[in-house]
Amino acid sequence: MTAAVLEVRGLTVEFATRRGVVRAVEDLSLTIGEGEVLGVVGESGAGKSLTGTAVLGLLEPPARIGAGEIWLGGERIDHLPPARLRRLRGRHMGAIFQDPLTALDPLFTVGDQLEETIRAHLPASRAEARARAVALLAETGVPAPERRMDQYPHQLSGGLRQRVVIALALCAEPRLVIADEPTTALDVSTQAQIIALLKRITRAHGTAVMLVTHDMGVIAETADRVAVLYAGRVVESGPVRQVLHAPRHPYTAGLMASIPRLGAVGARLAQIDGAMPRPGALPPGCAFHPRCPKAMQRCREERPPAVADAASQVACWLAIAPAEMTARAGEGHARDGAIQALGSVPP
Amino acid sequence: MSPADSAAPPLVVAEDLARYFDVSSPWLERLIGREPRRRLRAVDQASFAIPRGRTLALVGESGCGKSTVARLVTGLYRPSRGRVLFDGVDVTAARGAAGAAVRRRMQMIFQDPYASLNPRWRVGDIVAEPARVQAVVRGRAQCQALVAELLQQVGLHPDDARKYPHQFSGGQRQRISIARALSSAPQFLVCDEPTSALDVSVQAQVLNLLADLQTRLGLTCLFISHNLAVVEYVADDIGVMYLGRIVEFGPRDAVLSRPAHPYTRLLLDAVPDLAMTGRARTPVGGEVPNPIDPPAGCAFHPRCPWADARCRAEPPALWVDGRGRVVACHAVQEGRLG
Repeated sequence: MTAAVLEVRGLTVEFATRRGVVRAVEDLSLTIGEGEVLGVVGESGAGKSLTGTAVLGLLEPPARIGAGEIWLGGERIDHLPPARLRRLRGRHMGAIFQDPLTALDPLFTVGDQLEETIRAHLPASRAEARARAVALLAETGVPAPERRMDQYPHQLSGGLRQRVVIALALCAEPRLVIADEPTTALDVSTQAQIIALLKRITRAHGTAVMLVTHDMGVIAETADRVAVLYAGRVVESGPVRQVLHAPRHPYTAGLMASIPRLGAVGARLAQIDGAMPRPGALPPGCAFHPRCPKAMQRCREERPPAVADAASQVACWLAIAPAEMTARAGEGHARDGAIQALGSVPP
Repeated sequence: MSPADSAAPPLVVAEDLARYFDVSSPWLERLIGREPRRRLRAVDQASFAIPRGRTLALVGESGCGKSTVARLVTGLYRPSRGRVLFDGVDVTAARGAAGAAVRRRMQMIFQDPYASLNPRWRVGDIVAEPARVQAVVRGRAQCQALVAELLQQVGLHPDDARKYPHQFSGGQRQRISIARALSSAPQFLVCDEPTSALDVSVQAQVLNLLADLQTRLGLTCLFISHNLAVVEYVADDIGVMYLGRIVEFGPRDAVLSRPAHPYTRLLLDAVPDLAMTGRARTPVGGEVPNPIDPPAGCAFHPRCPWADARCRAEPPALWVDGRGRVVACHAVQEGRLG
């Protein structure tokens, strides 16, 4: 964990409203190592995009960082002045957003945008910048890159545009790329291509990636580790295989069970009743307790702290106090009070 | 097209449906630039039948024409060619009282629950509107009773009738849409991507609700989706569309477990691997071409690994193979592809 590219400690993002301060992200901590893909997953309103935006230093008022620290490669960046942050963005942090059409400037050619970005961050002549831009386009799988350089974004298809956005994000070889729903606006067949590309290219460059998405399928295929967000907090994090196949938090388990998947004909979909509470209207105790099938008295009163072992972390009373589990929740589990007892071994 | 239900005639039949849109430039520009008129074939040669109480799902990527089919079937668009028969009545030709009678029996649920509910109406009025328009109920008391019953049926509280749409979450709004669709007591429900704007945990709630209602009310459904896993969950029959045409059609299990058309195989391959078996998705090159200027021959040939000279020249027709699959593909028909 010493070579963490990004380290977020106790981040709180809040909005000052007329009715007081609303915390949309609270006490969130995560780290991403070199060449590692961290999936940040959650439903709409869970605070996953805000987390990415906060790291990039792009929060706009009334949103602000209320507490916590953000470290990029050993440098604290959450309190830097805007001019300094602007130099970091693009150079050390790249961003890929959901909609490639709004991420690209419609009035400039693909080549102009790539060259401008390269020259803004790296000492390069026009010719060098152009050569690098063409090479990047070729690397991101854009056919006939020389010709595409002189085209405008509207002349490209959705998949090609997203490839250009990825090329833009990687222009200056950043250490960290924040990809916010990079495949959501694309069709399934294109989605597969973009995921493969993102994986290949970031691995080749050793780039750390924060992949923000609501799509567990994308997480399963791309991420090394995953952090599951619910109502602004990390409820569970750990190696992707463990979190997806042996979830310890009831929310993660419910989420996984509610995804329709091929080959499971006839089975009724498991559903989590209710909806995620809005920030500012969080229930007392664990924010998930009104929807949790295993909720007990303590969950309604006290918020569970995050408990970490070697690689994973979970914030649930069930993982902390197995002795207090209801009979229904305890099926098949050892009740020796040890946290490890609940972390079932992945198959 | 499914021979299993030959006893009762199917509720909905589409015969050689086509819908073209004129996407030409304004006439002065055409005149100056000497441009021809341009037509977009949103749907072409679509034929299918939906037996009573069953669900046909149409799948495909954006721009394949699946939503246009939904609008043609409900009479929201007039077809450029072909016709839709609802219980033997031609939907597009039925006017006046006959038209109203047909429309009462079909309702639609839209994708975006934020755009499809009038923000200035109370939920009670929204839900009651189809019933009121179709004169299913008379008088305030009867209307309120119906609204209360419908809201309960979709898992909301009768008191919610007094609220406005903005007071509800996305999933609850979609429940309101469903209640509204059911208020004229339809037999046929067209669901156009009803869950793609929802989070997965809420999607499961809405899909389960739709399945329950269909069983309880004996509804016939046309379900439009881009998500094959969702389609597998709801459909009896599946039609796969590509660039305005149905390229494969058949019972759910046949289409999903023994896909014939290369495009169906591609779609199945592109479903993310949640089980993490390490199976690599076969990256198929290319994207859906522009429907204004579709490729000659089979529209899928530029992306198809099995394409040959015939595919590039001659569009394939739908063909029934020995195993009950209906598919439009030269390679399958010639036996080049199992």
